[in-house]
Amino acid sequence: MRNYSIYIAKRFGLFVLVVFVGISLTFLITHLTPIDPVEQMIASMTAFGDTSPEAVEMMRLALRELYGVQGNLFEQYLTYWRRMVLLDFGPSLSAFPTPVSELIGRALPWTIGLLVTCTLISWSLGNFLGGLSGYYRDNRILGALGIVAMAFHPVPYYIIAFVLLLIFGFLWPVLPISGGAGQNVTQGFTLEFIGSVARHSILPALSIVLVGVGGWFLGMRALVSNIVTEDYVAYAELAGVSRRRILMSYVMRNALVPQVTGLAMSLGGIFTGAIIVEQVFGYPGLGRLLVGAVYSADYSLVLGVTAISIIAVAGAVFLIDILYPLFDPRMQLT
Amino acid sequence: MSFLTTLRDLLRYNVQFAIGATLTLVIVILAAMSFISPYDPLDTYVVALDAPPSWQYPFGTTSRGQDAFWLLTFALRNTLLFGITVAVISRLFSLAVGLVAGYVGGRTDRVLMALNDTFIVIPLFPILVLFYFVLRDHMNWALLALAMASLGWAYDARLIRSVMMSLKTREFTRTAMFSGMSGPEIMVKQHLPFVLPIVFSTALNNINWSIGLEVTLSVLGFTNIDTPTVGTMLFWANQHSALISGVWWWYTIPTVFVMLTFIGLFLLAVSLNDYIDPRSRIARMGGGSA
Repeated sequence: MRNYSIYIAKRFGLFVLVVFVGISLTFLITHLTPIDPVEQMIASMTAFGDTSPEAVEMMRLALRELYGVQGNLFEQYLTYWRRMVLLDFGPSLSAFPTPVSELIGRALPWTIGLLVTCTLISWSLGNFLGGLSGYYRDNRILGALGIVAMAFHPVPYYIIAFVLLLIFGFLWPVLPISGGAGQNVTQGFTLEFIGSVARHSILPALSIVLVGVGGWFLGMRALVSNIVTEDYVAYAELAGVSRRRILMSYVMRNALVPQVTGLAMSLGGIFTGAIIVEQVFGYPGLGRLLVGAVYSADYSLVLGVTAISIIAVAGAVFLIDILYPLFDPRMQLT
Repeated sequence: MSFLTTLRDLLRYNVQFAIGATLTLVIVILAAMSFISPYDPLDTYVVALDAPPSWQYPFGTTSRGQDAFWLLTFALRNTLLFGITVAVISRLFSLAVGLVAGYVGGRTDRVLMALNDTFIVIPLFPILVLFYFVLRDHMNWALLALAMASLGWAYDARLIRSVMMSLKTREFTRTAMFSGMSGPEIMVKQHLPFVLPIVFSTALNNINWSIGLEVTLSVLGFTNIDTPTVGTMLFWANQHSALISGVWWWYTIPTVFVMLTFIGLFLLAVSLNDYIDPRSRIARMGGGSA
């Protein structure tokens, strides 16, 4: 138990470090680039029609406050952190005066729902099939699946989503290609709403799963074909343990451990993929919010989504780390 | 074994390598053809609009009056160059971190790896979007490449570190040490040759990764949209609602070719990885007593 607490403390340290480095990176990007966001904003706002010099000056002050660019760099950095800790990103400029945190709060459940479902599906499906394919090397169907995985895995999320959009949007329009639920369906725990959400999530989910499954499949196949050559597997085979039991309890069980680590390591990439896919299918999550915020020059919203993304991914990785000892019993013994 | 015989054997016996090499070669030839293009990449309205693929225009023409075939050659060239630039710069980062962490070990290793894991975990897309948001019109190809390279080195640094750690315990490291070589000298002269093949195969995957992100950012218009890349080609197709106006080839052509690029580079990386697997390689080259 003591070891477990030390382990958790270490992993929590990583969580803190990720948030710290990530948020500091966003600070560097927004405060150290030679382009002054305030002046840029004023330029774009005063480009049309005349604004009195006093109004421009007031606007400048208000924006400097909003962007947190008062005082020296260190003071700015402290102000920046205070806002991050309080999750106070100010009001959104494009949906004024709705606070950014409220917009994010509305979008976050969609992203989390989509991401968690897809990651669970692709991780378990990919590992299961990959394990089978590494163990039963002569199986033709599993071999063919390997080729499919090789073809899909390297293609980025955007392209896969885009191809699905072309196929199901124009060639064979049977599925909704935009939105999170039907326009005319009221939100709530009704069968109709849940069904509509499910139908709308098929294409975004399929995009994420198609890319994800391949990676886990190939990784697991490589791991299993290595483990199969171990002495203890040969021994179990000679001892007459059924092949199914060898695969499930001795081979896959061991191969799962690095795959859990792999999941934690690739979560940032999967998250990136999910928000890209959301944008393609107009899914009402963080991705669409982020891209929309860029188009409408909404600084506080862009910053808010970026910060929340960093915190959310770091948190999810920490969660996997906490669960890791369940997969690796050596963690509890030593 | 000379390089050419190795190449011949790989082509003959490794299907993945053969397919990957062929696809990559086709893409590289197409990209190279941009040098003999009759048009300037920024030329618009120089050919008939919206002409479907024909003998005259093998990939059709766009609604902006560009010959899609020649436009694609420029797009592939810029996209490939972008990927290679990011891969080369980020290799420097990952080599430095990986070699030092693996060789020095101890506290240095722990600090570097904590930083490394941090960069693996941080979601890069929102950060790159923020980067574009701040720079806006000042955003260009080189800045984006630099930003992506300084964010995308971590995964491979970990791999290089693990290879380095196993190399450190080999007999020849000790021999080198006792014959008076200094730490950095051993790292560069003795270990780097074993690490380089892995650097090369990770570079191929890194090219794929950076091209993927570049395409995504460009399609959304988050780069300099006047540089023809596969991503900006799709961006302009979107701008002209190419699908609704029935100009399907404007979408399909760049999508198909960029997919071929991804698959080609990935297969090359996988097959090379099998070939240069550090364990089998060290055994083959007689690099140690282990």
